Amino acid sequence: MNIHEYQAKAVLKSFGAPVAEGVPVLSLDDVQKAVDTLPGPLWVVKSQIHAGGRGKGKFVEAEAGEKGGVRLAFTKEDVLAHAKEMLGHHLVTAQTSASGKQVNRLYIEDGADIDRELYLSILVDRESGKVAFVVSTEGGMDIEAVAHDTPEKIMTLPVDGGVTEDDASKLCDALKLEGTARTDGMKLFPILYKAFTEKDMAMLEVNPLIVMENGHLRVLDAKVSFDGNALFRHPDIIELRDKTEEDEKEIEASEWDLAYIALDGTIGCMVNGAGLAMATMDIIKLYGEEPANFCDVGGGAGKEKVAAAFKIIMKDPNVKGILVNIFGGIMKCDVIAEGVIAAVKETNLAVPLVVRLEGTNVELGKKIIADSGLNVISADDLDDAAQKIVNAVRG
Amino acid sequence: MSILIDNNTKILTQGMTGNTGSFHTNQGLAYYGTKMVGGIHPKKGGEMWKADNGTELPIFSTVAEGKEKTGATASVVYVPPAGAAAAIEEAIDAEIPLIVCITEGVPVLDMVRVKAKLAKSKSRLIGPNCPGIITANECKIGIMPGSIFKKGSVGVVSRSGTLTYEAVFQTTQVGLGQTTAVGIGGDPVKGTEFIDMLEMFLADDETKSIIMIGEIGGSAEEDAAQFLIDEAKKGRKKPMVGFIAGRTAPKGRTMGHAGAIVSGGKGDAESKIAAMEAAGIRVSPSPARLGTTMVEVLKG
Repeated sequence: MNIHEYQAKAVLKSFGAPVAEGVPVLSLDDVQKAVDTLPGPLWVVKSQIHAGGRGKGKFVEAEAGEKGGVRLAFTKEDVLAHAKEMLGHHLVTAQTSASGKQVNRLYIEDGADIDRELYLSILVDRESGKVAFVVSTEGGMDIEAVAHDTPEKIMTLPVDGGVTEDDASKLCDALKLEGTARTDGMKLFPILYKAFTEKDMAMLEVNPLIVMENGHLRVLDAKVSFDGNALFRHPDIIELRDKTEEDEKEIEASEWDLAYIALDGTIGCMVNGAGLAMATMDIIKLYGEEPANFCDVGGGAGKEKVAAAFKIIMKDPNVKGILVNIFGGIMKCDVIAEGVIAAVKETNLAVPLVVRLEGTNVELGKKIIADSGLNVISADDLDDAAQKIVNAVRG
Repeated sequence: MSILIDNNTKILTQGMTGNTGSFHTNQGLAYYGTKMVGGIHPKKGGEMWKADNGTELPIFSTVAEGKEKTGATASVVYVPPAGAAAAIEEAIDAEIPLIVCITEGVPVLDMVRVKAKLAKSKSRLIGPNCPGIITANECKIGIMPGSIFKKGSVGVVSRSGTLTYEAVFQTTQVGLGQTTAVGIGGDPVKGTEFIDMLEMFLADDETKSIIMIGEIGGSAEEDAAQFLIDEAKKGRKKPMVGFIAGRTAPKGRTMGHAGAIVSGGKGDAESKIAAMEAAGIRVSPSPARLGTTMVEVLKG
């Protein structure tokens, strides 16, 4: 689960990390009050969307002006003017689609005098199975580009159960922190580790972490995501979810405990198992078409869940055909068949449907579909299924 | 010979009294008489659990007690996500040699803790978020459908449950059959990696060929490819067919499995396929041709 920058900073602040004073605003009426609480003389107006590259982004609407999604203001009037231009408009960044994301929230923050920009993130390192810090002196830019061009400027440090003095020291050295900044760093790294582990974060990225002209460190930007599997023990984090940032179909799918991801193609897929669901997308592409979604109904889906998945897939107007691919281990093919039939009837399905069933009770499942009298194309294996649905959507 | 489990393996079920644990303990008993020897429930110790076939199995309060009374050599964990890590840790403390965790949705930081404990222990963990392991016609631990297996010569290892079934089903259809099939699980931090399984398959005389199924995310497939290259230099090599799921997956999205994500410019399908091909694995572009591709590879 992702959260906004201002929420991430509030979480980090609660653990004692140094962040700037700032106020989130959801409407223009709140801007004046927000700006009056901040001392100035420099303010930063930041678009709050769940996507990176905001500073270099560009708004779709002409009235939003030429500037990006993060703007500096030297007067309170400028803050208001920027807010007017940005709120409600669509920001396109390297991480959004071409139509961008609507900016519904702004974060107005105290400006800082920057001496150096650094990079820091914490994540679970899969190779070592440990929590690891990733740091670089090259902050404020795309870390993937740094990793590609100058990998020697990135240090990864796995830690064991906590940040020792020695660990913190190594991180300070890698970031070339001296004097006040080093003192701050020795305190900050354990704080960030604590926040990461206590809140079950999946990723904590501070880019940039800055050394200010007064020598102190500050978390200038913060991007945090949480382990969806651990949310059950963090009701305070669940509260931070902003559903307007998510695809409507994906929200509905999550309510049914379905793994669904909307994509740009034309062939809807319903599959059991994540690996098989990905493989089904891949084989559609192999035969020259694009999948409209990833959808894993899981191992133990009943008739209702199958029907719900079907309806969610059909909400995508780009879907020109559907491929159902089930290898029933735990899942019984007859249950799937009944769910599909119920959903086809309920949605008055008007696009071609190919069903491939294999595994437990497969003969019974095939019979239920054949006896339904509905226009369902049956397939023998995955290759056959993919070719049939591709041919069907091509007419 | 087979790897990890055979008809002597004795298994405790952690979470046997729940729906899933109960169902699959029954399925285990029905698969060539897999030796399911008891269950664990902290509050139901001393009670008996009755299987569909009439068998009665004892329930113990702790894994340690269950191991002592039954001589169990393995345990299977169906405990829900919030308690799964603690269940694994209990099995590690009881020095159960093989622990298989089926549970999906274990918090990753719980697994970081478990992994640190495993490193200092005598146990091997398979999973979590995996379908389990089957040695054909001998022993079944987990949720795989036993009916698609046939005793034979192919070793199967996969990060995906349903793609394991595809590989098993297809190798059965072409007549090759399997020695052992293992799903190592779809999570980013897990007990057993490809390399561990490949080492065992290379060492097993009955396993004549291997199917390895990976997916996007992490670098376990690249690591495995390097391992195979190194082993081949020592003269250890078996015919292999591979598949990687997720060529069409968008970057930065978690594709169902917590570990299936291309992030930070790492973990994409193309680099995995290239690494596996460089290690001499025939990577099939279609998940429907794993069995037929293996037949071709074996013909040479």
